[in-house]
Amino acid sequence: MAAFVLRRLGQTVIVLSIASVIVFALMRMIPGDPVQIIMGSEYSPEAEAQLRHQLGLDRSIMAQYVIWIGNVLRGEFGYSYLNHERVSVLLWDAFLPTLFLVIGTTIVGLLIALPSGIIAAINKGTGWDYGSMGFAIVGYSMPSFWKGIILIWIFGVYLGWFPTMGYVHPWDNLGESLWKLTLPSITLGTFFAGLVARITRSSLLEVLDQDFIKAARARGVRQATLVYKHALHNALIPVVTVIGLQFGTLLGGAVLTETVFTIPGMGRLTVAAILNREYQIVQGAVLLGVVFVVVVNLLVDLTYAFLNPKIRVQ
Amino acid sequence: MKPSEFARFWRRFRRNKGAVFGLGVFVAIVVMAVCAGIIAPYNPLEQSYAHIMEGPSLDHWLGTDSFGRDMLSRIIYGARIALIVGILAVLLAMVIGVTLGLISGYYGGIIDTVIMRLMDGVFAFPILILAIALMAVMGFGVRNVIIAVAVVSVAPFARVTRGDVLAVREEPYIEAARLSGISNTAVIFRHVLPNVLAPIIVQGALRVSAAIITEAGLSFLGLGPPPPTPVWGSMIAEGRNFIVMAPHISTFPGIALMITVVGLNLLGDGLRDTLDPKLKL
Repeated sequence: MAAFVLRRLGQTVIVLSIASVIVFALMRMIPGDPVQIIMGSEYSPEAEAQLRHQLGLDRSIMAQYVIWIGNVLRGEFGYSYLNHERVSVLLWDAFLPTLFLVIGTTIVGLLIALPSGIIAAINKGTGWDYGSMGFAIVGYSMPSFWKGIILIWIFGVYLGWFPTMGYVHPWDNLGESLWKLTLPSITLGTFFAGLVARITRSSLLEVLDQDFIKAARARGVRQATLVYKHALHNALIPVVTVIGLQFGTLLGGAVLTETVFTIPGMGRLTVAAILNREYQIVQGAVLLGVVFVVVVNLLVDLTYAFLNPKIRVQ
Repeated sequence: MKPSEFARFWRRFRRNKGAVFGLGVFVAIVVMAVCAGIIAPYNPLEQSYAHIMEGPSLDHWLGTDSFGRDMLSRIIYGARIALIVGILAVLLAMVIGVTLGLISGYYGGIIDTVIMRLMDGVFAFPILILAIALMAVMGFGVRNVIIAVAVVSVAPFARVTRGDVLAVREEPYIEAARLSGISNTAVIFRHVLPNVLAPIIVQGALRVSAAIITEAGLSFLGLGPPPPTPVWGSMIAEGRNFIVMAPHISTFPGIALMITVVGLNLLGDGLRDTLDPKLKL
């Protein structure tokens, strides 16, 4: 297991290094000189040369990358041009609402996906199966930003059951925080549920077709015991992997959902930064998104290896 | 594909009702996009201040937007942008990704390692976030949306192609082709590619809907084609401000987008089950 963990950690470091080069290269390709953007109207050739030297922009591209990655590893992403706040502080403030939205989404998604996937599998070919899978395909085909608007219209404006926008940290007011996160979590959770329900169904069907299940059935084990005690544990292993693989999609969905519900998360921060040409923030936000996805995938793989010894050997 | 093979494919494909529905939706969207100039009742850019935010009526079947423009006409023209972006972005991603996958799988060694690690790096990015970053670099507009969506879709094609090339290149007929003295390029394109095409087509079909959703997401955030271009994503975003007074402005483009994506997903699933049953969910 230790060798597997080390190998997987090594792969993670390689992927993150390549991703950091891509982010660095992308930001260097943006048209316009960052020094002139920072200086604005206070431009003078001497001040420009000084700032260029200060930012390391008069060095080779390799040296610039090394300076940048060194700063990033110390958690230093520079300062916002507009309000002169540290980018790392802005990123952290925006990361928390996104994190809570993703957690809420995962809970709602699994609460819907697992029962509907199981019902579809044990009632294969019946109305339950078609109904659950129809719901699943509509769930992940409905764009989350549109679904959010429709939910706001019905449950926020028309019925008045839920607030239509905003965010409160759970430690400030837990009740209000959960209340405000409910609609956004349902919006993105039904999308996530659509993906996971299909995998749960197919994975469970595959396990139910295996010899050990057939043998248990022949011994007269009840269907419920068969599914919940023997089959489900095995069927959930691929489900865990899919959750990890879809995490990036989930984060993308969170960006859009935040915009609809006016949640001050990573998505809103990034889009506002692009429109204001604050590339330090865009750079930091994209890199943070990648780290988030890669770390979740690492955790999922380690969990998977823990559950399934075959993987460790491979 | 020979006529007999096509007949066999079609017999299997049409048994899948969802796939046939998906094909119907796809054909309808293509017809709508191609014949937009004929079937749209109004000019999608024509503003009418006498008819602002009107609900559905006989004159305007799906109502009008906040500039008095006909919603139905804008949705019909919006299909054109959605399809152009979806199909061109996937074709571009397919050409780049499949070429990289073929080279990586066929040659192996250091070339394989470099290409696949690069793909791992790209794959680590959340698709929409990478597309947003690319739009920041390239600026807004239809062409740049196509490029951004294509770039984020390259890695899956490269991975799928490489995986199948690794299996195919060990086959005796590839060894025979190589020994007959023809160039590696000819072996790759004449003998390897045709044998790994089915999963690539399936991947392509499944990716078009993801590309359309990504384009709609970018447009919704205001990073897509600039106004007044009729784009479903920006139409939904515009309607968001008037959801109480005029819910139809967001609702109808969203329904169009959803039907398109459901149809393309069902079509992709059907193609996968017919062409590449081992991937069946």
